[in-house]
Amino acid sequence: MTTVQTTAPALVHGRSGRIGATDFDVERVRRDFPILREKVHGKPLVYLDSAATSQKPQAVIDAMSRFLLKENANVHRGVHYLAERATDAYEGARSKVQRFLNAEHAEEIIFVRGTTEAINLVAQTYGKTHLGDGDEVLITEMEHHSNIVPWQMLCEQTGARLRVAPINDTGELLLEEFEKLIGPRTRLVAVTHVSNVLGTVNPIRRIVEMAHARGARVLVDGAQAAPHLDIDVQALGCDFYAFSGHKMYGPTGIGVLYGRSELLDAMPPYQGGGDMILSVSFEKTIYNKSPAKFEAGTPNMAGAVGLGAAVDFLGSLNREALVAHEQDVLDYGIRALAEVPGLRLIGTARGKASVISFVLDDVHPHDIGTILDREGIAIRTGHHCAQPLMSRLGVVATARASLACHSTRRDIDALVSGLGKVREIFR
Amino acid sequence: MSAALRDLYQEVVIDHSKQPRNFRKLEGATRTAEGFNPLCGDQLTLYVKLADGVIEDIAFQGAGCAISKASASLMTAALKGKKQEEALALFRRVHILLTEGPSGAVKPEEVGKLAALSGVWEFPMRVKCATLAWHTLRNALEATGSTQ
Repeated sequence: MTTVQTTAPALVHGRSGRIGATDFDVERVRRDFPILREKVHGKPLVYLDSAATSQKPQAVIDAMSRFLLKENANVHRGVHYLAERATDAYEGARSKVQRFLNAEHAEEIIFVRGTTEAINLVAQTYGKTHLGDGDEVLITEMEHHSNIVPWQMLCEQTGARLRVAPINDTGELLLEEFEKLIGPRTRLVAVTHVSNVLGTVNPIRRIVEMAHARGARVLVDGAQAAPHLDIDVQALGCDFYAFSGHKMYGPTGIGVLYGRSELLDAMPPYQGGGDMILSVSFEKTIYNKSPAKFEAGTPNMAGAVGLGAAVDFLGSLNREALVAHEQDVLDYGIRALAEVPGLRLIGTARGKASVISFVLDDVHPHDIGTILDREGIAIRTGHHCAQPLMSRLGVVATARASLACHSTRRDIDALVSGLGKVREIFR
Repeated sequence: MSAALRDLYQEVVIDHSKQPRNFRKLEGATRTAEGFNPLCGDQLTLYVKLADGVIEDIAFQGAGCAISKASASLMTAALKGKKQEEALALFRRVHILLTEGPSGAVKPEEVGKLAALSGVWEFPMRVKCATLAWHTLRNALEATGSTQ
């Protein structure tokens, strides 16, 4: 029997319960993922790259193909039977996401291509109308390029300044420094919920309190949080929350921007086109309300349906047991990797989720990745779209193993044995 | 270990990656170019001392995987004293070997010690690692600037 030592108590929802990792039937969950039966180079697939993109459960694959087989038509346009079915399916997915995030209104859920587009949307609509010369956007050293570059572009356009809050060597945000950096000109704070390199879970509620106390709005990059954490945007108090479908067992090409309705109402449209208007004439066009205002053109309907199915899939799992299970595999992985000679863990924050980054002696992560691949093990290697973080940590790249609901201690054992092969080649 | 891995990480490759030759800043370089591999963040600076179309000396610095480092090291060792056109002709042969493998149009013995890289063709994702130094060289010879 394993007692779960959770390193991140903040993650455990409903702590009064006694549900632990052993209450999670991971073998049953694994059967939901057809790709896990695949062989790679003749070896069983060990997929430890879910932070890059998650694998898809059968229910998501089925929901998308059912939509295309039986329900496909353009949404919000026709009066025929299929148009209605398709619209119901698409809007039904929006309601599912609303409940997933505990948003107050379905109109606060905007379908986009992914986290990247969600952040760009906020930068180019809210940002462009609310920031001017001398204003500031505050981010952190641990951000993904997609939560850096859109703000740099906005700053170039508006004359605003990008400020960066530091982290410590374990990969934790320095909250005191962070608070000091929120000044009278700070209009927006953009911060990741869970770091894609370090696994650090940021204290979003405190960050929101600090920012709101000084009149700044907060956007949360939830790409890595959505598959692992319970998200309640009202409890977090954030103004915008962005995430991608494909990292939480849904398809690529669909993601979500949540925005508080009073902010969305005051924002200009993102792109112009069909569906985002109430009426168009050559003299004057009247824009639709949110979410239509931000969803110009025919949307990714099958993608939204797939995302809805992914929300249902996550909902079908015992969330408390899932969190405990993932934490158990994470803790096991951290302990096992720490014992590999020459291995150095990157990111040892107290609150961590789902990601283990490391370097091994002077072996470049790409060589580690190639050798592990021949063992059927998929990990991510490189700078993880976080080059400023790499230079802060003083590494050019890391190897990263990342977990999902189907991850097991066996996966970790395979990784450790694969790293033995790496050391053999580079001894 | 699989045969493919053994072909990729030959002893010569491991040796050159751990103790890269000509791994230094070259004083008096007449050409300098920088190469990046955006996929992995590999970075390489190449220094060439060119006189009358002959590569009198060549060196490099940078960070990268074993394949890119070994390739740069082997390249610099092979090119000292070579004419500019000879260097580019060698690149064409190496490129064919890297993409087609030892049974392709270029035989390993046609490229000398660079034949140690003949296992790369089985790893298409790694061809860019092996060609980074060469693309940077071409940039250095054609003009000073940086190459992607």
